[in-house]
Amino acid sequence: MKLLVPVKRVIDYNVKVRVKADQTGVELANVKMSMNPFDEISVEEAIRLREAGKAEEVIAVSIGVQQCQETIRTALAMGADRGIHVLHDGDVEPLAVAKMLKAIAEKEGPSVIIVGKQAIDDDSNQTGQMLAALLGWGQATFISKLEIGDGDLQATREVDGGLETITLKLPAVLTTDLRLNEPRYASLPNIMKAKKKPIDQMSPADLGVDPAPRLETISVVEPPKREAGVKVEDVADLVEKLRNVAKVI
Amino acid sequence: MATLIVAEHDNSELKPATLNAVAAAQAIGGDMTLLVAGSGCAGVAEQAAKVAGISKVLVADSAEYANGLAENVANLVVALADGYSHVVAPATAEGKNIMPRASALLDVQQISEISEVVDGDTFVRPIYAGNAMATVKSSDATKVITVRTTAFEAVAAEGGSAAIEAVDGKGDSGLSSYVGAELSSSERPELTSARIVISGGRGMQSGENFPLIEAVADKLGAAVGASRAAVDAGYVPNDYQVGQTGKVVAPDLYIAVGISGAIQHLAGMKDSKVIVAINKDEEAPIFQVADFGLVADLFKAVPELDEELGKQGFGS
Repeated sequence: MKLLVPVKRVIDYNVKVRVKADQTGVELANVKMSMNPFDEISVEEAIRLREAGKAEEVIAVSIGVQQCQETIRTALAMGADRGIHVLHDGDVEPLAVAKMLKAIAEKEGPSVIIVGKQAIDDDSNQTGQMLAALLGWGQATFISKLEIGDGDLQATREVDGGLETITLKLPAVLTTDLRLNEPRYASLPNIMKAKKKPIDQMSPADLGVDPAPRLETISVVEPPKREAGVKVEDVADLVEKLRNVAKVI
Repeated sequence: MATLIVAEHDNSELKPATLNAVAAAQAIGGDMTLLVAGSGCAGVAEQAAKVAGISKVLVADSAEYANGLAENVANLVVALADGYSHVVAPATAEGKNIMPRASALLDVQQISEISEVVDGDTFVRPIYAGNAMATVKSSDATKVITVRTTAFEAVAAEGGSAAIEAVDGKGDSGLSSYVGAELSSSERPELTSARIVISGGRGMQSGENFPLIEAVADKLGAAVGASRAAVDAGYVPNDYQVGQTGKVVAPDLYIAVGISGAIQHLAGMKDSKVIVAINKDEEAPIFQVADFGLVADLFKAVPELDEELGKQGFGS
């Protein structure tokens, strides 16, 4: 069984993003970039499945600028077997990403594609669901538990009211939520080994996909600032202020 | 323009998030149709027909929609989408599960979690955990949209008298099947629509200490939430999580207890009208967004708060 894991290069989750003065986007120059945290969870889950003997090969895919190869190397250092990089310099939206991943899936034939539930840059939460739709496969989104059987899988999903369990026929697409696992750190020997693992490079055109965005970004601005308020002395002062100043209780 | 709104429900009750999605559709303008896909959901269809401003309710009452499986519901939405300029759903776990699937089948780039309608093609949405607001314009023929429910004030649940029309089910995809659910049951208000929310963070130290804030919640008629740290540590279940990747809330009053205020948490609550922070670390970033900050040990302050509210007659 092959597993395909898409990984996205995003601004590191610890960085406080700054909106560009010309309102065209956020500042990316000289900003620390990392693998999307949900994708780390996906990579971890795929590697655990291979370690448990459920899968033979884990392929990490990234779409975007040349530096996405660093993100793929991170996945390889964690334990993925090989990488695929679709080189593209402009912005790419979830629908186009899903189309490219579909083309790759049709070539590679994975049984399960494990996608992070959302990227922490555009917060779209779409790619996995779109990919499942385009492939005509079942989907289990926001999963916190996974058991793979013969020809099917059972997944527990984090939903608004609690947890839900579903089964899917294989092949299938999964999207990972925070509680699925805790991703490992790559060890130094594994980082060195990762440098020798192969990364195939291709273009959107090689996959027959037009990556042109469907959405035009008119502007990107900062949200209204929230001013810090006052410190209260004690609990009695707090209750008094909530009752008589804010009038919310 | 005409908008198809996918209703959220549990086969017996229309969920309030639907009313916020209808409000967004109203801001877009044009005719509004509500789709109720379920099984044994006739009661929901009747509630849907009463929602203010709805002209038609489509009911697909069929076994394959009993548990809201994305594959089945998305196929139905796609089959019905013809003739609508916009297809809209609340950005709940259900909406997020179904809509991108439908969107891809329609070959449309979905616009997720809109917080404002500029015009029929142009919408504002938060990106980077709400640290930037993007205005985007869609060139797709049909707009597929999920709605950040806290950004649109719910329309009235009563007052409408829409026609109810039955539509046939499209059958089971055979791709997925429902096994079961473990849903939290609580007498408290639902987190995303509560007027007051009190949340605990890592500072709570253990799930056994959550009754401290639950006591205050019960005095105030509040919902209980948590930070990611508290959920990851297993203090409380996942459905308590407020934040970028959890639930987004905007109550009249949000009380953050033992929460440091990581940007990922702020993303889920910074639109609350009044924010209170109780934390012993006066440098905690939560104080930068709090209207009222109390620097104190929560294990002393929260029981005191409970007692003070009791003395003033709350919860009695």
